[in-house]
Amino acid sequence: MNLKYSEEYQHFRDEVRAFLQENWTAADAASNPVASEMAQSLGSIARTDERATEFRKKAAARGYMYRHVPRRYGGGEQPPDPLKATILQEEFRRVKAPPELASQGPSMLVPTLLAHGTDEQKKQFVEPTLLGHIRWCQGYSEPGAGSDLASLRTSAVLEGDEWVVNGQKIWTSNAREADWMFALVRTEPEAPKHEGISYLLIDMKTPGIDVRPLRQMDGDAHFNEVFLDNVRVPRGQMVGPRGEGWRVSRSTLKAERALIGNASMARRAFDGTVLLAQQTKVRGKRAIEDSKTREQLAELEARVLAAEYNGFRLLTASARGEDPGLAGLVTKLHTSTLAYDVSRLAMDISSDHALLAPGEKHAPFSGFLVQSYMMYFALAIGGGAPNIQRNVIGERGLGLPRDTRR
Amino acid sequence: MDFGLSEEQTLLQTTLRRYLEAECRPTRVREVMESETAHDSGLWRGLAGLGVTGLMVPTELGGSGLELLDLALAADELGRSSTPGPFLGNAMATIALLEGEASARERWLPAVATGEAVLSFALGEGIGEWDAERLETRFQGGKLDGTKPLVPFAEVADAILVAARGPEGPGIWAVDRGAPGVTSTPLTGNDLTRRVSHVRFEGTPASPVASGRAAIDRVRDAGLVLLAADASGGAHRCLEMTVQYALTREQFGQVIGAFQGVKHQLANIATDLEPAVSLWWYAAHAYDHIREKSERHAALAKAHLTDLYDTTVRYAIELHGGIGFTWEYDLHLWFRRALFDRAFLGEASYHRQRAADLAGW
Repeated sequence: MNLKYSEEYQHFRDEVRAFLQENWTAADAASNPVASEMAQSLGSIARTDERATEFRKKAAARGYMYRHVPRRYGGGEQPPDPLKATILQEEFRRVKAPPELASQGPSMLVPTLLAHGTDEQKKQFVEPTLLGHIRWCQGYSEPGAGSDLASLRTSAVLEGDEWVVNGQKIWTSNAREADWMFALVRTEPEAPKHEGISYLLIDMKTPGIDVRPLRQMDGDAHFNEVFLDNVRVPRGQMVGPRGEGWRVSRSTLKAERALIGNASMARRAFDGTVLLAQQTKVRGKRAIEDSKTREQLAELEARVLAAEYNGFRLLTASARGEDPGLAGLVTKLHTSTLAYDVSRLAMDISSDHALLAPGEKHAPFSGFLVQSYMMYFALAIGGGAPNIQRNVIGERGLGLPRDTRR
Repeated sequence: MDFGLSEEQTLLQTTLRRYLEAECRPTRVREVMESETAHDSGLWRGLAGLGVTGLMVPTELGGSGLELLDLALAADELGRSSTPGPFLGNAMATIALLEGEASARERWLPAVATGEAVLSFALGEGIGEWDAERLETRFQGGKLDGTKPLVPFAEVADAILVAARGPEGPGIWAVDRGAPGVTSTPLTGNDLTRRVSHVRFEGTPASPVASGRAAIDRVRDAGLVLLAADASGGAHRCLEMTVQYALTREQFGQVIGAFQGVKHQLANIATDLEPAVSLWWYAAHAYDHIREKSERHAALAKAHLTDLYDTTVRYAIELHGGIGFTWEYDLHLWFRRALFDRAFLGEASYHRQRAADLAGW
């Protein structure tokens, strides 16, 4: 255990600061075309304009960004170092410099391509994805294949040099904005269900694709249905061998669990809730002075800290090449439940104002906390609903037997 | 940066676990806890032989000169095996000596490291607060007067280190075994593996160990981390015992671990418990290296881990069904330790309130 910033790291921080001073000015930060800071911090809308792209290229070339990606595909190619990653995050945030994109393309497709893609696929997709020039959506879930994803039925039949795809995907985040989709399709209808699936990259401009928004419970339409009707996909756009899509996608799903398992969402909601408690008067006194509220905040903070330190532990295990076991399997369930509990306390602290919807200007923080209260469900369900997580933890983590599901 | 255990620390864990699995099985735990003092000098010598009692004792005094994280890893293992004996009070007394004067340190620590001397530490006064400013035990003119109603293993201690108020404020004084004016009454506690006594001092001669409330706070914070670690080890053991049971117990024609109701409950426990390990690791590390975060993290870790211990052992007993409620089945050993870990040095709610105050909320 060593959490000190040794001289080497102090030096690294100075270097990063000097780099930022030279390459990202206050004027650059102010030129941000993305309107709401809250919207940015919530996820997928980090800026990808020309200025941001230029900056990202320089930062990657210096090894300050996309450190797990080889240089020849536009990455920083650095050995994993949790402390350096933390320093970079802190320093970039301090001057509002564009961070690594954390949307589904960079965080899910890129690791999959790096592990299973051909050199040509990597060259074509990795760098533009990292810069946000190619935006991705994930075509996994179907109306009849949710928790039991491997029962998916969207079919792909080889005709000459093309796969002809027919079927329907659902819960597809950002499908309207996406340029490409990475999808699981059934190519071997006769094979056992896990062995008949292939991993396909589909250009969203291909004729036969119809995207329809799905309005979710908080009123926004983050998700979509995607209908695929005789969509023709060149043969070279399959990742990994035919029929191996399930195995190929496992690395992506693992990446998604890690992404959703990140403690930063719970941390932001927690810090927001403390601020709210300090600013809100309930029945004549500030909420933060209420002893029950103080106790609840301390209880939640212990859990937030546990999630953050568990993240450090996982990073360390990955740097050492060790399997973190249970500590890795539980993160998604742990942090999503935590985010919910934090937001629920925020709702209670908001008292009467908990009646107001996100975006209503009389709501505390314009309803940001209500929104995270509802977005919990997206976090909890996406990438495997809670009971699926519990199956995984129970079976893979604790060694309990599978039940009778097939 | 590295947020993980060193090779030496992993070795300490496995060595201790192997030793306790051989020498401190539940049958042995029961023999010891049913003995007059619940202290087995053979077991204690064995632990001392592995270096447990000297982990934080400086090398020049015969110890290993390590840190609280190492000691907490030992507490984790002892909690896992529900090891009876005076580890906690002895460890807190060791910390007090480290915070204090050279003469006391040199007098006691070499014998602590070898396991020849067993010490205890007397802090709380039965008012639900474990605060150096609220102490009513007095030291004046070389003598102690006051009552400490919950002193761990006072009956076997070669000396009790007592937190009290002296003419210049709070401090710590040592009372040797057999000193005049000491009335010690063993109490029947819930935890049979960690005994407590009601101890009264009347004009008892005592020698100075450390002065100032900071020293007492340090001892308390170390104690909190050790309790969190004990809770973590105990809770993990309860989870493992229950998983084992669920893999072998059959009902309705299958092992019960295949039922999702059982599996999901166990998964929930693991989900709460596993990340919490990092919390006490951090608290232990902060104690030695990040002083400004140490007090608050100790409070948060103690509150959180002891709550989890309670939840875990509750579900462990429930999932075992009737057998889990019997005296013969071993789960109640851990249930009782959970009661101790939760109550000793203050309950969860008290430490959460402290943590809120310390945050400046």
